[in-house]
Formats: sequence, C-alpha cells, structure tokens
Amino acid sequence: MLKLKSVFYFAIQYSLFIIHYSLLLFFIAPFAFLSCYLLRDYRYFMQTATHEILDIAAIRRDFPILDQVVNGRQLVYFDNAATTQKPLPVLNALARYYEGYNANIHRGIHTLAEKATSAFEASRRAIQQFLNAAHVEEIIFTYGTTDGINLVAQTYGRRFLNEGDEIIITTMEHHSNIVPWQMLCEEKGCVLKVIPIDDNGDLILEEYENLLSERTKFVSVVHVSNAMGIINPVETIIEKAHAIGAKVLIDGAQASSHIDIDVQALDADFYVFSAHKLYGPTGMGVLYGKKDILNAMPPWRGGGEMIKEVTFEKTTYNDLPYKFEAGTPNIADVIAVYTALEYLDTLGKKNVAAYEHGLLEYATEALKSIDGLRIVGTGAQKISVVSFVMDGIHHQDTGVILDQQGIAVRTGHHCAQPLMSRFNITGTTRASFAVYNTKEEIDRLVQGLLRVKKMML
Amino acid sequence: MTINEKQDEIIEDFDLFDDQLDKTQYIIDLGKKLPPMPVQFQTDENLIRGCQSKVWLHSEMQGDTVHFEADSEPTAQISKGLVSLLIRILSNEKAEDIANADLYFIDRIGLSNLVTSRRAGGLASMIQQMKQFSAANSGKIQPSGQSAI
Repeated sequence: MLKLKSVFYFAIQYSLFIIHYSLLLFFIAPFAFLSCYLLRDYRYFMQTATHEILDIAAIRRDFPILDQVVNGRQLVYFDNAATTQKPLPVLNALARYYEGYNANIHRGIHTLAEKATSAFEASRRAIQQFLNAAHVEEIIFTYGTTDGINLVAQTYGRRFLNEGDEIIITTMEHHSNIVPWQMLCEEKGCVLKVIPIDDNGDLILEEYENLLSERTKFVSVVHVSNAMGIINPVETIIEKAHAIGAKVLIDGAQASSHIDIDVQALDADFYVFSAHKLYGPTGMGVLYGKKDILNAMPPWRGGGEMIKEVTFEKTTYNDLPYKFEAGTPNIADVIAVYTALEYLDTLGKKNVAAYEHGLLEYATEALKSIDGLRIVGTGAQKISVVSFVMDGIHHQDTGVILDQQGIAVRTGHHCAQPLMSRFNITGTTRASFAVYNTKEEIDRLVQGLLRVKKMML
Repeated sequence: MTINEKQDEIIEDFDLFDDQLDKTQYIIDLGKKLPPMPVQFQTDENLIRGCQSKVWLHSEMQGDTVHFEADSEPTAQISKGLVSLLIRILSNEKAEDIANADLYFIDRIGLSNLVTSRRAGGLASMIQQMKQFSAANSGKIQPSGQSAI
C-alpha cells in the first residue's frame, strides 16, 4: 500500500514537473527565440529618430586588433586598401576548423574530410551568391587577385590571343594587371594599349572608344583604383568591348568590400578579387569566369584534384571548377571566407558603403583645409580612399611621422608606377577607410599631418 | 675622434629626447645642416638602390682616408638626416676602419621604426656601399688631389 502511494505521489509530482516546464518552455521559448533573433540581426545597429544606423562601437568590438597602443598612442588603422582587419567571427571560424575538422578535402571518406569538404563547398556557393554568378562551378579559388589575373593570362591568353592582337588596360592599373599582360605580349607578340585618364583621375572614355578595333581581343580593367579610390564605369567598358567581340576581365580587388557586384548584370567574362581586402583571411582569392569560356580554357597548374585520370600516356582533366584548382587548396581560409561574407551581409553592404562614403566626404573636406595638401584622384565616383601629396614634404617622411603618432597609412607608388608618372609624382600618402573607422580618427589624421608640416617646414 | 667615439656622442645626443617625434625632429634638423652635394655627383651611378626616396653617395680616397659626399632629394628630410649621421661617423676615416666598423648607433638611438622600415633597406645599402668602397681601397694611399674613381 505504502509502495503504491509513493508511486502515486511520484506520478503526480512528475506530471506537475512536466506541466511546469512545458508551460515555462511555452511562454519563455518565443521570447528566447525572439531575443536571439534580435541580438543576431540588430547587434550592429542603433535606432535614431528616423532610421537605423550602424553601431560602429559594437562593430569595433569585433576587431580586437584595433584596441591597441602603437608608439604611445591609440592605433588608427587607415591602411584598409592594403588589407582590412579580420573580425572575431572570421578568426573563430579559422580556429574552429583547425580545432575541430581539419582534414584534406574531396577524396577523404572519413567524417572530418566530409565536414571540411562540405564547409569548403559552402563557401563556393556563398561566393556565387555574393557575385550573383549563374553557376557554382564558375567560382574558381585562387591565392588572390594577382593569381587570378595570371591564370587568365596564362590560359585564356596563351590559347586564344595571337600575334598582333591587342589587349587594353588603363593608366591606373595595379602592376598585377599590367605585368601578366606584358609577359603574355612578350611571348605571343600581342600589343598592350592603355586608356588614358584626365587630371581628376577619371578614364577618358572617348579615348577608349578610339582604341577599340577589330584587333582588340581582350580588355582588362580595374573596377576601383587602389591608389586613388576612383570607381570606373565598368558596365560601359564591358558593353563596348563586347560590341567588337573582345573579352573583359574586371579586377575587383578594391571594389569587393565596397560595391555590390553582379557579374551577370555587368556581363563580365572574368571577375577577380581577394578575400583579405574583404575582412577575410590572406592567401585566398576568387576567379569568376563564364562557364563556356572556362570550359574552353586549357588547365594551368598540373597536379592533384585537377585530373580525372592519369596514365603515363595521357591525362584527362577534371571538370570545372576543379580543373583550375591543382594541389591541396587553402582549405581553412576558403572556409573562413564564408564567415567574412556572412559578416558583411549582416552589416549590409549598402549600410557599409553609405557609412564609408560619409567618412570619405568628411576626410576630403578636412584634408582640403590643410594648406599645401593636394588630393590625387578627385573624380566624382569614389570609394573611401584619399590619396594626397603635400608641398615640400616627401610621402615617406609623412608616413614615418604619422606612424610615430600611432596612425597607419600607406606611402609610395602603391604598385601603380605608371599612374604616378601620369601625375608627375613619385608617390602619395594614402588613407583608406573601412567600416570600423570613425570621424574622430580622421581628426587624429589631420592633427598628425599638421604635426608633420610643423616638423618639416 | 674614432668611429666609435663619434657613435657614442650621437647616442648621447639622442638620449636627451624621450619622445620618438622629438628624436625625428632632431634628425630632420641635422639633415637641414648637411652641406648640399655638388650637382655633378648626383648621377644615376651614385644613386643608392632600395630607398623610397632618392639618395646619392659619392666616395673618394683622400690620402689614406675615404671622403664621402651624400645627399637626398630635397623633400626627403628624414633620409637626409640619416645620411648626415653616416657622413659624420664615417667620412674622412681610414678605409680599413670603415670596412671593419660596427655601426651600433642605429640600434641605440631609439628609432626602431626608422631602422626596421623600408627606409632601412636604403640605409643598409648605403652602409654596404660605403664599406665596399672602403674594403676595396684598404691599404691604398691616394696622392692628394686625385680621385680614386
């Protein structure tokens, strides 16, 4: 009897317990979910009277590298066009991979290899969406922008360009979009033609039209100038090149973190960029190419993954995209790019661009107020890059003295020597802004430059 | 004064400043005092490779000592200051002393960002050229009034 009673009490207690917790779950869970949702999406936003704006202080907390003292002063990092800093989620993605599922991809049948392969291929799909590419196999992983351009020059170029064919680039190209074509021209007897720029740094489109002819077989143009921040009218450039049957490569190294890219709307034949200028890791880049063109191109590097079958008599090559990915790829960094794109997506590229444009306008006005300072690249369409020279002061000295005040900028020719020659200068000082920079930091730059002037003159 | 005595004197001078900016200001001021290099020595042959700014170095034997003339393009004032320090320490010293000199002042004037930056590439190649010339002319005596090159 006693036993039965205790079982009864236990049953009552147990059902009360269940009811209690299910009620709790029933009422609490929606709030928990809601708050997770709110926290996830709105962590980086602040509400103003009229609209939401990015909460830069919250964003800065994701970049612990920014919170340090350099040469006795709080660091101001204005070298973002060279490489952006990486947010904690990206650093964590790298650590999670190495701590949890580091394995070589594609051929492994064990669980870790499966996990790594699926994360690796998820990045490819994320990049497909990022560029709005029609097919996932149009996304080729490279080691960076330079690597992508070399791949196209060495495969498409060597297969399809011949003696006397003309390749058009611009005055403002980075050396990485000059030298691969010069090497090809030397080998194949092609001719390099250059679209000039005006004094503002804008391309002279009439001159471009004059250069186009039936001899033009390839056009390779930078989307955004690394040295000046000028945005080129790539839609028009592509349209005009296609009208005469030439193929076009767009170097998107500087554009990718600032401008929405839609390779289908642009109708670009090739588009290249690097992850490390996009809050992602170094040593990882992307080559987008139209499927039919990539299929027609011969492979470049030989080795694993890019083959179907190897005998000593003949090797057959793998399908896209693997045909161009010989050797063990940069697995960890490819996987972390997924997180970098997700991060940028959470902030919203349009919000980021709008905020950075505010910084650009503020910096342009502030720098103009310094006597003897001249901005190089004053075209209307720019990303958040300000390049400038100061009367009687060498850019290198400017860089050293700013560094001594904790301000990191880039000085020199920015790997665009022909552009420097066009402006009759040997280099500039370049401040480039990312989403975590602030107007207060720009004030520090102005103060720093006034100090430079005081010391030099 | 020996090469090392001159280096010690420079280190002491720099010790007077705590702040990197003040030390840099001092270098700039030293550069401003460097006598300009005769234009005929500002040739492509005398250009030092590895600098972001243009720096020229002319070396010649005078008796058993080496005489250096050097300069940078006018706007590169920090380079000019560093050049003036090297001239002060090494010019008019015996060739073998220059070839064997240990230039420890660079690490001890407390301007690490000048020394480790790309500028040091230029500074290092300038030192290398000064030493190479001196090593090649060690033990030689040049009758006065004639240039070794």
